[in-house]
Amino acid sequence: MTAQNTQQLPIVIVGHVDHGKSSLIGRLLYDTQSLPANKQKEIEAISSKRGMDMEWSFVLDSFQAERDQAITIDTTQIWFKTPKRSYVIIDAPGHREFLKNMISGAAQAEAAILVLDAKEGIKEQTKRHAYLLHLLGLKQVIVAINKMDLVKNDEARFNELSKDVSEYLASLNIFPTAIIPISARQGDNIANSAEKSMPWYKGHTIVQKLDTLTASAALIEKPARFPVQDVYRFDERRIIVGHLDSGRIKIGDKLTFSPVNETATVTTIESWPAKAEQTEVEAGQSIAITLDQPIFVERGHIGSHAEDAPMLSNVFRMHLFWLSDKPLKVGNVYKIRLATQEALATVQAIEKTIDTDDLKSSEMGDVVRNGVAEIVFRTRDMLALDPFSDNPSTGRCVIYDGFDVAGGGIVSMEGYADQRMAYVQRPKNIYTVEHLIPHEERAQRNGHKGAVFWFTGLSGAGKSTVAMNVERYLFDKGYNTYVLDGDNVRHGLNKDLGFSPEDRKENIRRVAAVSGLQADAGLITITAFISPYREDRESARALTPDHFHEIFIKADLATCENRDPKNLYKKARAGDIKEFTGISSPYEEPDNPDLVVDTQKHDLQTCIQQVADYIESHVKIADIKTKKISNS
Amino acid sequence: MNKSIEEHLRRLEAESIYILREAYANIDPLVMLWSIGKDSTTLLYLVKKAFLGRVPFPLVHLDTDMEMDEVYAFRDWIAKEWDFDLTIEHCPPESEMDPTLPPASRAAARKTQGLKNLIQDGKYEGVFLGIRRDEQSMRAKERVFSPRDNNGEWNFKDQPAEFWGQYKTDFPEGTHIRIHPLLHWTELDIWRYTQLENIPYVPLYLARDGKRYRSLGEKNITFPVDSNADTLEAIIAELEETRDPERAGRAMDNETEDAFERLRASGYM
Ligand SMILES: Nc1nc2c(ncn2[C@@H]2O[C@H](COP(=O)(O)OP(=O)(O)OP(=O)(O)O)[C@@H](O)[C@H]2O)c(=O)[nH]1
Ligand SMILES: [Mg+2]
Repeated sequence: MTAQNTQQLPIVIVGHVDHGKSSLIGRLLYDTQSLPANKQKEIEAISSKRGMDMEWSFVLDSFQAERDQAITIDTTQIWFKTPKRSYVIIDAPGHREFLKNMISGAAQAEAAILVLDAKEGIKEQTKRHAYLLHLLGLKQVIVAINKMDLVKNDEARFNELSKDVSEYLASLNIFPTAIIPISARQGDNIANSAEKSMPWYKGHTIVQKLDTLTASAALIEKPARFPVQDVYRFDERRIIVGHLDSGRIKIGDKLTFSPVNETATVTTIESWPAKAEQTEVEAGQSIAITLDQPIFVERGHIGSHAEDAPMLSNVFRMHLFWLSDKPLKVGNVYKIRLATQEALATVQAIEKTIDTDDLKSSEMGDVVRNGVAEIVFRTRDMLALDPFSDNPSTGRCVIYDGFDVAGGGIVSMEGYADQRMAYVQRPKNIYTVEHLIPHEERAQRNGHKGAVFWFTGLSGAGKSTVAMNVERYLFDKGYNTYVLDGDNVRHGLNKDLGFSPEDRKENIRRVAAVSGLQADAGLITITAFISPYREDRESARALTPDHFHEIFIKADLATCENRDPKNLYKKARAGDIKEFTGISSPYEEPDNPDLVVDTQKHDLQTCIQQVADYIESHVKIADIKTKKISNS
Repeated sequence: MNKSIEEHLRRLEAESIYILREAYANIDPLVMLWSIGKDSTTLLYLVKKAFLGRVPFPLVHLDTDMEMDEVYAFRDWIAKEWDFDLTIEHCPPESEMDPTLPPASRAAARKTQGLKNLIQDGKYEGVFLGIRRDEQSMRAKERVFSPRDNNGEWNFKDQPAEFWGQYKTDFPEGTHIRIHPLLHWTELDIWRYTQLENIPYVPLYLARDGKRYRSLGEKNITFPVDSNADTLEAIIAELEETRDPERAGRAMDNETEDAFERLRASGYM
């Protein structure tokens, strides 16, 4: 669910521990006469009881433990208004121990103030918080350089820090709307401009700047996303309820529910107390509708218009933050929630962990508490989702471990295919026309099962050589096998295709379809295509998910270029061949191939044997089945 | 009503309905506390919106037998008018409360105990409450789905992460979740929405002889504040201007610095 609000702008205050976030808010409220009448006296009394001067942070820090330790533990919210509009100010804790509370606060905001201590400068949580703003999709950021009183209101210090912080933010694609020198203690440049103490500063105060921020554009113009929360059957009708996260829905619209792909027409929009007939609902409303047909819809399904449906996939990349004490590891299984969908997801790969300090990423290791990383999740069932950049509603998910939220992140589908076509076609086109020969029977006669062994690798890595030798080897041992090779297929089936990304995609789609049929016919099918795009290979897998094996024929570019059996690299370097993989067109290595064959490290014979052994062990007929069939 | 204010209220409404439906889909059995005040009556109205005229879980009034007469009269009238089943739970006597608490807090603790008994007897896993962040700085730190341990206690120093409308709905046996669908609303929002939707309210909120109640609690520990706001419009106008806190008339909040923290940690709403 995504809330949007033009009347009241939620702003979060973030930054390193003790840099003065709570103080800034306390002071902001005081200077704008927004504090409750008795609050100032109360805070004065509490401060002096603890032997302190006026401690503005106590306005926000209401727990005894917070006041005693002078630290914010949990996020809080407070309301405040300027003549222009009202704001919800969200205070976030700066201590790394309470990052989960910082995120709970920041995730509700539309803009942020990043507070920086002028004396201490940029610290660990300054960077981590900035990174998380970027991950949460917050683009509007004001930087407040606080405690200017401690650096004698020095302009040079301010300029130096402005430069540092701008550089870091720019590397995250955040461009602050303003950088303001302030003193929460003195009340400088918060509501009142500090002409006396900082005459060199000519820009806006915090309050003036807040009024220039804009509420993010409503999601009404995006494609409709209606995550189903529940189906009520209070009487004979089935009422489908949920929060319309984006788009519009009208009576008479055809809605498709994903991932089940059931479609029906909206007949009524229900409400209590009954209103004059409502014919349309829009993003931001909690709605209740009925449909013209009793299709299968339940909690977790995502309603959309058929032409603008979300993607379907059981594999996707997540850019996530991790909050749990127990590290996230490859192979771990978590419960995830994406809109109202709930699924078990396996961590297939941790592609990189990111050090928020220097933004360097490494490929090694688990994701530990407070870490950020890019990972690949695989789920058993299809999920309906969108890249976060297209739609936040179905583009982010929360990860649970045990009873608790362990992390969250945003979805990227880069390199992964929309499996909707494959998914939709499978039941309709393959399973509806049943052969009269069951797979087992075919396998029984052949003495082995059919399957697809999909090679991928650079030109010159050895795909064709290995494939043809394995074919010979298996054939000699009595297997039925056939290799689909790039060059051969391009002479016939795919004669009409070139090497543009679209044509390569279509090339692979056809090969995938043919190899699927060959496997179905009982053949051990080996394909030898560069197939450079991960997305295309994933779609090939989706066609025959149960007997598809991805085999990475591995050799680095330098080695392949050195081998150059067909002189292609030379021509590509000379510019005679356009869109040549590895030179002028990308090659995406497999994430998690079923087998890696390193032709650089091992000689040809070893490689052939490695593949042949793998294939033999995967096409065996289970003994029990053999008996059962031979007895019948 | 100004269009952008109405839009703002509709968003709050939609969010609260979303929360109510999330709880209903994920937690069972549920119970809702109705204190008959402006907030929980608004919440009750939102429940009827969310479930299209129904109240699909029991509704309970934790009765201290110390409410004001007008409150009882309103309760019985609405229950009939809106036609729902109301359970009245009487809270244990003050003599059973922790004697170290300041006197008004002791009275509030009766409600806490009443609530504990209710949850234990009904084996409820989720309790709806109409609290708001802007009422009190301890409540400002609350979660929408807020877990309580076996003793009903609030571990406020270690609350679960909560973001993107995904809530904590799994928890160990014997513990429960407090659900706060009105957490984001302010006092002003409540009155504006009451006006927009024409929701009934206890007449004690309107000024009589220069005084009105801003918050309704037990007879002996709740006091009216100076006000001439004798219509809904006047209340709204007053709140747009005032800097007086809402619960100034509630003795238990203000006895000592940590009075409310102790109350809430031990399970007070
Ligand atoms: N001299 C000076 N001290 C300040 C200023 N602003 C805040 N402080 C002091 O800095 C300390 C930390 O302030 P807080 O507002 O609690 O810091 P915070 O960023 O909210 O800290 P956490 O929430 O715990 O991360 C307090 O002792 C404040 O009095 C300022 O402008 N000048
Ligand atoms: Mg703080």
